[in-house]
Amino acid sequence: MVQQAYGEIKLEQAGTIRPTHRQAAVRNTESAPVRWALTGIALLFLGLFLFLPLLLVFIEAFRNGIATYIAALRNDETFSAICLTLLVVAVAVPINAVFGIAAAWLIAKHDFRGKSILTTLIDLPFTVSPVIAGLLFILLFGANGWLGPWLAERDLKVVFAVPGIVIATMFVTFPFVARELVPLMQVQGDEEEQAALLLGANGWQTFRRITLPNIKWALVYGLILCTARAVGEFGAVSVVSGHIRGQTNTMTLQVEILFNEYNFVGAFAAASLLSAFALVTLLVKNIIERFSPEFVKK
Amino acid sequence: MKKSEKCIAALFGILVVLAGVGIVASVMSCKSANQGGKGATTQTGKATLLNVSYDPTRELYKEFNASFVKYWKEKTGADVEVSASHGGSGKQARAVIDGLDADVVTLALAYDIDAIAAKGLLPQDWQKNLPNNSCPYTSTIVFLVRKGNPKGIKNWDDLIKPGVGVITPNPKTSGGARWNYLAAWGYAIKKYNDPARAKDFVGKLFANVLALDIGARGSTNTFIQRNMGDVLLAWENEAFLAVNELDKDKNLFDIVVPPLSILAEPPVAVVDKVAKKHGTEQLAKAYLEFLYTPQGQEIAAKHYYRPRDAEVAKKFAGRFPKVELLAIDDPMFGGWAKAQKTHFSEGGIFDQIYMPAENK
Amino acid sequence: MARKRKRVMPGFGLTFGCCVLYLGLIVLIPISTIFASSAGMTWENFWATITSRRVMAAYKLSFMASFLAALVNVVFGFIVTWALVRYRFPGRKLIDAMVDLPFALPTAVAGICLATIYARTGWLGGLLEPLGIKVAYNQAGIVIALIFIGLPFVVRTVQPVLEDLGQDVEDAAACLGASRWQTFRRIILPELTPALLAGFALAFARGLGEYGSVIFIAGNIPMKSEIAPLLIITKLEEYNTPGATAIAVVMLAASFIMLFAINTIQRWSSRHMER
Repeated sequence: MVQQAYGEIKLEQAGTIRPTHRQAAVRNTESAPVRWALTGIALLFLGLFLFLPLLLVFIEAFRNGIATYIAALRNDETFSAICLTLLVVAVAVPINAVFGIAAAWLIAKHDFRGKSILTTLIDLPFTVSPVIAGLLFILLFGANGWLGPWLAERDLKVVFAVPGIVIATMFVTFPFVARELVPLMQVQGDEEEQAALLLGANGWQTFRRITLPNIKWALVYGLILCTARAVGEFGAVSVVSGHIRGQTNTMTLQVEILFNEYNFVGAFAAASLLSAFALVTLLVKNIIERFSPEFVKK
Repeated sequence: MKKSEKCIAALFGILVVLAGVGIVASVMSCKSANQGGKGATTQTGKATLLNVSYDPTRELYKEFNASFVKYWKEKTGADVEVSASHGGSGKQARAVIDGLDADVVTLALAYDIDAIAAKGLLPQDWQKNLPNNSCPYTSTIVFLVRKGNPKGIKNWDDLIKPGVGVITPNPKTSGGARWNYLAAWGYAIKKYNDPARAKDFVGKLFANVLALDIGARGSTNTFIQRNMGDVLLAWENEAFLAVNELDKDKNLFDIVVPPLSILAEPPVAVVDKVAKKHGTEQLAKAYLEFLYTPQGQEIAAKHYYRPRDAEVAKKFAGRFPKVELLAIDDPMFGGWAKAQKTHFSEGGIFDQIYMPAENK
Repeated sequence: MARKRKRVMPGFGLTFGCCVLYLGLIVLIPISTIFASSAGMTWENFWATITSRRVMAAYKLSFMASFLAALVNVVFGFIVTWALVRYRFPGRKLIDAMVDLPFALPTAVAGICLATIYARTGWLGGLLEPLGIKVAYNQAGIVIALIFIGLPFVVRTVQPVLEDLGQDVEDAAACLGASRWQTFRRIILPELTPALLAGFALAFARGLGEYGSVIFIAGNIPMKSEIAPLLIITKLEEYNTPGATAIAVVMLAASFIMLFAINTIQRWSSRHMER
């Protein structure tokens, strides 16, 4: 303790001299070695935990050359899995987007009783184990579930078919858009909207012309995260899918199947496609940000 | 402002169109899945059959399904499509109970089909519907060891020696692992003739287990790809597949067949209620009966399942080492219902061996 | 105070209806099934299930591993965020984008990759094994998987706050003679604490429920490296749905509590920011 206090005093003294003349031009920052050390630590950490797995995916996928890679992806079952994943994304993401915007508008612009409960409920799927998420829908729509007999009478299939996969994905990716939008809209306040309303705009116009441009990037970001998660979801989908080959296997399930068939190149090829998809969407977001004239980042 | 508005309008447009397309497509697929499910009654005339199976049968049923499609076309002139679903035996059984529309189930152990029968999807005495207790092929449990068998593993006794790393799936989640466990149990009972000592034996064995994967395939990967452990307890067919598929070039593994093992009987059955709904009863029955034909038996033997047919067995005799096999109906096990209850149910012997303090 | 002056914005009815309907259909009704299913048990049964030693061991493991992983993520995630926001280095944008990778990579693939890397035959496992450190098929493997899963939660929670944090306060502190370390400790850290805590809580809560990536690397030995979600699956395989839902209910309750903590922290944080 004593030593630490002593060190602080010394640092304090050193600090009094340094920043005086530089701070106007260069922003106050750490010394170069500290900067490099921190960047180094950050990169090392990311390297160990992010890049290495990613690298492994691509190395394994291309292990036997590009021809086998392409052949692996042209497998019929992999192809139908890709189609199913795209279908799931096409349904789940827009619906979640519309809901997310509505929820954000409600939470950020209005005060009402039970708001904190609503906020908590919206966040809930974030922390529910995917396994439990899948189980929920089995308990609801399964043959012995609440709605099971009713569905069976009408010969409708929900779980172990495409709708079940879509609903499970919707559940898991449910909070992403709202979670991105709410803090931003809360910070932005509603002065601009109030002004527009005073000038005679109706609610929809206000939303379209004022709010939407303001939250555009958060929305895009939320959509991207939502898409990425929808594509990558495994646990919940695995429970409700039924694993019928070529019919109810999404990409992630197909990866597992290929892996279990000792078809490692195929498995990693499919996985590389998933990772590439994630990287591309994230890069697209960065590119839009950079080239968008109205976008001003702090 | 104008530009951003356009941009947003476009974004919204895309979203709405996507949602529309997606919903329509998913409704269509839902419909078509239902129609497909109705099997023989569809207008296209192409009946479909869903075979829900366990993990290690992927390769077997891939080939078998293709042969059956051909056979059915020759016999009746009708096209048939066989879909397959693979996963852990218990998980698959549960999916069928929860509404996975399986016309036939081909699982790792009778207990799992009993569980489906308990829900009324097929009669309780389903095992009488087909010959050989509805088990068209059998298998057993063998050891896969590293090349040259450096730890000198020959028999079950060698698995409990200190320093031997054992890899097996989790008996709670894998059907194959239950056969593994029961084989060890059977050996111990034969040797000691005393359940308490047998319990001690399997306890020691599982103390040597390094990783309990949830499925047979996961364990094989752990043993082969991750280089974990000295011995893998595996289905005979899995061990041969691993050696012949994964180890063709490198030749890193040997199969050790213990002198005593268990007769693993993976059963098959038509899920009557589902098949009736789909109108595929005849087709499903023919599909399973085809497993008993010489052609079906040969496909099974080719994939290292021990055939029932004497002729085929003779033809492939060189493939299958002679082992003394204990049957699950042997009094030491008392059939599946009893074995499951004694060993694998909650608080059963398998649970107890992982609760060290309670033993003391 | 500001709230009281707020005039009423339009669209309350529409958005409220929308939210409640959608929430009800997708979240509330499904979640109520799990409570209903476990309500079929007697209280003694329920209690016996969730307090059996194996389940307790799994809970303990899940909590400890998630806690450790979240802790590591807070420390290193903060450094990563700091580097990404404050420094300029080549490839920064790309790295920024890649932080979200764990969201996107299927958890099963992540588990397989991590197991491959940290197993004794893998790139890192091979280096660590001679040092006597066993990562894969051990509790350490679980922590590694959960670090991977939880990282983006910390970075993405802290990042916007750090970006918004005006540097003028820091400049002022420096002017007044504070060292960089002091500025960091007294000015920056207090401002970031709510975000860091929220990130911690999110990563922790996510780690509790994680299944796909962990089972490939954990070894799954009962009492030792068996996580709670795996026990749920085990119970389901035993055709013991009430038992599975009992464990699930406890985990759901833990999630509720975590979320409540997160929301409280964030409310505190936004009040903190307004000040």
